[in-house]
Amino acid sequence: MDITKLTALELGRQIRAGGVSVREAVEAHLAVIREKENDYHCYITVRKEEALSRADAVQEGILSGQYTSPLAGVPVAVKDNICTKAVRTTCASKILGDFVPPYDAAVVERLTAAGMVMLGKTNMDEFAMGSTTETSYFGVTKNPWDITRVPGGSSGGSAAAVAAGEAGIALGSDTGGSIRQPSAFCGVTGIKPTYGTVSRYGLIAYASSLDGIGPVGKDVADCAALLSLISGGDRRDSTSVPQDRFDYMGALKGDVRGMRIGIPKGYFQAGLDAQVADAVLAAAKVLKEKGALLSEFDLDAVDYAVPAYYVIASAEASSNLSRYDGVKYGFCAPDHKDLQEMYKRTRTEGFGDEVKRRMMIGAFVLSSGYYDAYYNKALKVRALIRQSFDRAFENCDLILGPTAPTTAMKLGESLSDPLKMYLGDIYTVAVNLAGLPAISLPCGCDDQGLPIGLQLIGKPFGERDILRAAYCYEQETGGAFCGRC
Amino acid sequence: MKNYEMVIGLEVHVELATKTKIFCGCTTQFGGLPNTHCCPVCMGMPGTLPVLNKKVVEFAVAAGLALGCEITRHCRFDRKNYFYPDIPKAYQISQLYLPICRNGGIEIETDTGKKRIGIHEIHMEEDAGKLVHDPWEDCTLVDYNRCGVPLIEIVSEPDMRSADEVIAYLEKLRLILKYLGVSDCKMQEGSLRADINLSVREVGAAAFGTRTEMKNMNSFKAIVRAIEGECKRQIEVLSNGGKVIQETRRWDENKDTSFAMRSKEDAQDYRYFPEPDLVPLVIDEDWLTRIKLREPELRDAKMKRYMEEFDIPAYDAAILTGAKRMADIFEETVAICGKPKEVSNWLMVETMRLLKETETDAEELALAPEKLAALIGMVDAGKINRTVAKEVFGKIFMEDADPEEYVKEKGLTMLQDDGLLREALSRVLAANKQSVADFLGGKDRAFGFLVGQMMKELKGKADPGMVNALLRDALASYQK
Repeated sequence: MDITKLTALELGRQIRAGGVSVREAVEAHLAVIREKENDYHCYITVRKEEALSRADAVQEGILSGQYTSPLAGVPVAVKDNICTKAVRTTCASKILGDFVPPYDAAVVERLTAAGMVMLGKTNMDEFAMGSTTETSYFGVTKNPWDITRVPGGSSGGSAAAVAAGEAGIALGSDTGGSIRQPSAFCGVTGIKPTYGTVSRYGLIAYASSLDGIGPVGKDVADCAALLSLISGGDRRDSTSVPQDRFDYMGALKGDVRGMRIGIPKGYFQAGLDAQVADAVLAAAKVLKEKGALLSEFDLDAVDYAVPAYYVIASAEASSNLSRYDGVKYGFCAPDHKDLQEMYKRTRTEGFGDEVKRRMMIGAFVLSSGYYDAYYNKALKVRALIRQSFDRAFENCDLILGPTAPTTAMKLGESLSDPLKMYLGDIYTVAVNLAGLPAISLPCGCDDQGLPIGLQLIGKPFGERDILRAAYCYEQETGGAFCGRC
Repeated sequence: MKNYEMVIGLEVHVELATKTKIFCGCTTQFGGLPNTHCCPVCMGMPGTLPVLNKKVVEFAVAAGLALGCEITRHCRFDRKNYFYPDIPKAYQISQLYLPICRNGGIEIETDTGKKRIGIHEIHMEEDAGKLVHDPWEDCTLVDYNRCGVPLIEIVSEPDMRSADEVIAYLEKLRLILKYLGVSDCKMQEGSLRADINLSVREVGAAAFGTRTEMKNMNSFKAIVRAIEGECKRQIEVLSNGGKVIQETRRWDENKDTSFAMRSKEDAQDYRYFPEPDLVPLVIDEDWLTRIKLREPELRDAKMKRYMEEFDIPAYDAAILTGAKRMADIFEETVAICGKPKEVSNWLMVETMRLLKETETDAEELALAPEKLAALIGMVDAGKINRTVAKEVFGKIFMEDADPEEYVKEKGLTMLQDDGLLREALSRVLAANKQSVADFLGGKDRAFGFLVGQMMKELKGKADPGMVNALLRDALASYQK
């Protein structure tokens, strides 16, 4: 038995049954890390010793009945923009290269309370700005399916780690597609929950009104289990929705009879790779055969989602990232002669190009005289997009489409043309603007053998709907395409 | 020479008296070792989020209601972005687009009569930290203790035309806020800070002149000096054919003058936008009603009650309620000793005299009600006479002395020993034959002199009633 090929839930079952020890589970994943990490570079920080000693403590906790979670003992990777107490949290940036938070993010507290074992912190695009994990200060992560290609981003490290067996399951964050798109590129499953479902406390902000934490797993059930663990209200995050923790496992029924699935016509026009389109439509057909009712519709205003997203996200980012000034923590440029020079040099040397580009866009769209033309207008577009989704959901329970217009690009291809990279977010950003839940799961491979992602978008707090449909599809198709990498 | 008038509007920052900060659970206590009243949230550490303290909203609404404002039922916070080490997030959470209170006003009274000063808006925001320059190391250090202390900024309309009006407005504002208990309004500790927007124009002109903004005045006196100085400066500039430049000026207390800090040209673009980490704030009918019901007795109601309940004259009631601290001491002392007239008397006469003498603000009055009550009790019980009582009161006021211990220690208990008094009497009569003769000759004033001599002989401690009676008897026997 290869422990690293087990789903997180299956591994958790074996650990609780005594078939596998927590230490064995951790060692198995550490062995893959040792073997593959030079090629893939999924992690910024691996916590080998700490994970092993934690494994023994968790083992005792499981035996004593302290840990009863289905994921107890499962090795987990955490994206490096999620704060971990006493563990360096860098956001893949030089400016936070030595930042060690004195607190755990709310989600990390929950992983710990459930007896999960953190293996390390995963690579990402700097401050989650990017779709390829190439903007990381700590070097690129490569796609385990083809190391000449990107893993997607910004949660590329988390998706690649799960795909490669370097972690049993992982946490990512999604501001404009950063969980779903790398999940699609790496052939794994990822969920971006409804805004407010998971506490953002401890998630280092990129764009506060769009950011969300979610699971990246080997299959739908794994993601549902981890989402059940991390969702629920938190007094420390005013935007989290006060509610009891959800149990999403109950949604995994294996049928979609009577579910109304809408397919936006506009999603299947120019710009979408033909092989991706075919695979996604084939997936729709599978669901139809299982009893779902398909209908096509027009999703208005979504054409403007990408520009609106880049205006709003950049505006918030320009403000959120202003605190990195060399005064309190993180990188501070040496040998400055006064305050202004300290600010300038720290930020010039501490941030990468993509982050600077977005901060400058953001500062510009918020500046006096341009606020109404850009930021305010983007807010109006955002409201229209919400309305457009609301209207769509009057006639359907979920929306089906591709996660990304193509499969994984070659390394270095996107960096030279940021606009092209931005347009790759076309299917994901609208979901963040509207605050909706969405899942990406594998639905086939292209002729290069690269995975294709299917995206299901739900109503606000409609996680159960998308999980139900995703699980049904996965059960029906066996969940594996073109063999695992 | 043209005739100019000044036009003044105020931005008053008031630190709210909540126990904890506006977005985290840290204490708001003034002082403390640097960076000990902070946590990851108020230090703006990565990943932390603000959570609004409901008490701040209640205090802001209470202030707004008392200042005649409309309450914005759906409001929100905005970010004001700027780089400076005193603001760890590099933005201040404030309110620009939808401030919590709008369109209010209060009536002030000066020598020129009554006048309404409009209040444009009140908004909630967080205070910044403090930069401390260390001259020894030639470096600047940051203290974040004050960071996140809740503030309201009360923005007046440009309705004031003299320093007198400004002071009257500030005093009234301070009194209302203190009565509400929403702030201690201590200028020295910075819990009340006023920025002054001032311009001058020819009398009768419809348009406003170019204004300047002055900061850093930490007393009413400094405000008056700053207004007078700035008004004079602007008139001089205009009279010499110059133009007033829109700028921020910093008042220098030591040099008794203001200096330009920055002009409009280098004014910052704060790039305000709605704070995404906080949900919109809704003040529903229910909450508003609860805040209204909690409104404490304000000054006018208190004055009326003092007059009715304690039979205190209007003038006295006005002085007693003129400072919240004074009214509190009055009520607490009355509650202990049950003698409103006596308490009022001590506050109106001796207290006011000593406040003036020591140049103390009535709001800073430190007088323990239980000690004043004890003093009144001792006078009432005939333990000390009024002369001694005044001395004891002085000790309570200045040194917080315990009246009973002090009287005991100094042996000031009233002398009522008949034998001692008679001995003193014979000594005084023997030593002042001329005064006795004067009295017998019809000069009534001599009686008072003899009483004084008796008190002097007995070191002021004698029971004045007994002294009077004994002296009267003795003189009567002479007359016979």
